[in-house]
Amino acid sequence: MTFTKILGATTALALVAGSAFADGHSAGPAIIYDLGGKFDKSFNESAFNGAQRWAEENGSEFAEFEITADAQREQAIRRFAEDGNNPIVMAGFSWATALGTAAVDYPDTKFVIIDMVVDAPNVRSVVFNEHEGSFLVGMMAAEASETDVVSFVGGMDIPLIRRFACGYAQGALAANPDATVIANMTGTTPSAWNDPVKGSELTLSQISQGSDVVFAAAGGTGIGVLQTAADEGILSIGVDANQNYLHPGQVLTSMMKRVDNAVYESFAAGDMVEPGFNVMGIGNGGVGYALDEFNAELVSAEMQEMVDAAAASITAGDLTVHDYMSDETCPVLEF
Amino acid sequence: MDAMPKWADVVLVPVVSLLLAAIISAIVFVAVGQNPWDALKLMAYGAVGTSDFLGYTLFYATNFIFTGLAVAVAFHASLFNIGGEGQVLLGGLGAAIVCLYVPLPHWSLALIAGATAAAIFGALWVVIPAYLQARRGSHIVITTIMFNFMASGLLIFFLSGPMKPIGEMQVATAVFPAATHLPSLHDVAQMFGSEMFGRSPVNISIFLALIACVGVWALIWHTRLGYEIRSFGKSESAAKYAGISAVNITMVALLISGGLAGLMAVNNTMGINSPQLVDNAAGGAGFIGIAVALMGRNHPVGIVIAALLFGALYQGGAELSAATSIPVQIVVVIQALVIMFTGALDEMVRAPIEKLFLRSQRAGE
Repeated sequence: MTFTKILGATTALALVAGSAFADGHSAGPAIIYDLGGKFDKSFNESAFNGAQRWAEENGSEFAEFEITADAQREQAIRRFAEDGNNPIVMAGFSWATALGTAAVDYPDTKFVIIDMVVDAPNVRSVVFNEHEGSFLVGMMAAEASETDVVSFVGGMDIPLIRRFACGYAQGALAANPDATVIANMTGTTPSAWNDPVKGSELTLSQISQGSDVVFAAAGGTGIGVLQTAADEGILSIGVDANQNYLHPGQVLTSMMKRVDNAVYESFAAGDMVEPGFNVMGIGNGGVGYALDEFNAELVSAEMQEMVDAAAASITAGDLTVHDYMSDETCPVLEF
Repeated sequence: MDAMPKWADVVLVPVVSLLLAAIISAIVFVAVGQNPWDALKLMAYGAVGTSDFLGYTLFYATNFIFTGLAVAVAFHASLFNIGGEGQVLLGGLGAAIVCLYVPLPHWSLALIAGATAAAIFGALWVVIPAYLQARRGSHIVITTIMFNFMASGLLIFFLSGPMKPIGEMQVATAVFPAATHLPSLHDVAQMFGSEMFGRSPVNISIFLALIACVGVWALIWHTRLGYEIRSFGKSESAAKYAGISAVNITMVALLISGGLAGLMAVNNTMGINSPQLVDNAAGGAGFIGIAVALMGRNHPVGIVIAALLFGALYQGGAELSAATSIPVQIVVVIQALVIMFTGALDEMVRAPIEKLFLRSQRAGE
């Protein structure tokens, strides 16, 4: 008796609430963050910054959602699609399965997935040429190195991170054929993204092998790498966002992966987002190296000239950086 | 115990606990600048407002029924199995192995084989803690919680190594073959010409959960084993005096508990729209099961009601953070408050109510 009463009351309440919230809801673009959370100082936060920049410039609002479990992936996509949000942007390769399942049910909604390819007529897949950006910072590393030994600390050992490492090694060897490149991965499990202590240990080990420039492509682990490099007086290279400010004068540069630009452009295009495969490389501002007041003293005019020349020839197609993910091999680095 | 009538124990105490949680939640909402009444309405709408939302609520409730039953069976033997989280993960591993590597021609066979494998894997994961408790007196709380970490590590090993599809970067298995996909309730509704539950993942394993409820009820109150479990739980020394083997009962109760937790994998791994095993498949359901069992007074009927409530809370909370600017962390705080008041602080509410009844009885005499 009591229970049916409660149920009845809940349903009545729900109906009232439903009518109250159904109207007044503006359906603009939506963004869904991956499990790392919105403020991860890296990938998700970069996506958020892009969305925020669009909102500020246009005085508009966007819907957003932070999932707390994998079970919510498909739910989040469907929820925004049914609410009329368009386009719906999601950051991270883990969205592919859920999006592949859900996208077919909403042919009029445009979806954007970053870092992974989903082949559907209403999905725009944005991937970055991380190997090209890494090539540029690899050149800078080899130029800045006095020991001719440079190193790399990756997060989880997945093809995407090997792509960073392989591009970096190619860049270093292009600038200095005698350079030695040491590459280490933090681990093979997701915890490798957030293990600054291990990152610090790997850096110390690389320093003992002679490295004096270290590139971290390791999410939260990279914070430990940059810290140890600064403590030990060697140079480091940040990743994804511009991390030069973390240790002014001690971070050589950052390999910028402009997730924010990808989100911003998708939001700006609105429901006119063009589906299909989209590559963000050096040419269209997708990847690059960071230069600001924090590293101006470290980057000589000569170094900058050389890197810009390489960037130009990559854009022009005169210089090809081998992409690890194209054939899962790297000509210059053993994993 | 005799101080309170049964209705007070079963209804009044949980309701008062919920009210207290609601009051504190309201304060939290006001503190972050939200209208608590609007938030409550939105949560209720998010939980049952559309048949899709209802479907998600039932999907999460199915998870919590399994873990709630798992905790309850162990509770009847006075054992505190907080390893549900790990047992769910291992259950998922069992279900995934069966679905991926055994060519099953039809979903009904997949359901039977997957459920069996999930229950066996879940039960096996509790064998060592159960043995250590029964024979060596190592506390089950400590061992099961440590086994949660090991389960998580073991699962990640499999998902980022042997079971990972080539070229994939997500820490997950491949999607299970189409023949093993369990029908969703939407598929069932469509047979009757209804579009109920939309594309929500609630699936036929909710019936498995209800069957498990009946099974647990029959086991605990209508079999000799159930009687032995309860007597052991009430008084270990009396049970021993009556010739009940402490070792056997500890082992059996915990194995059943682990098996029930493992069964949750049928719902959250095999039953979803694109079934695959992911690295955090349990998603906290093992711990929520503790609150569900406490609130449901370890009785299947109570567990179903409590699981529905927590399912609604989980789904309504997700809708709340999606539809408003309330940060997801605040929603987690609200959910935790309800768990804390109904689960951990149960005695805090119970003792004063008991006193009140005692006093009124004395006044009546």
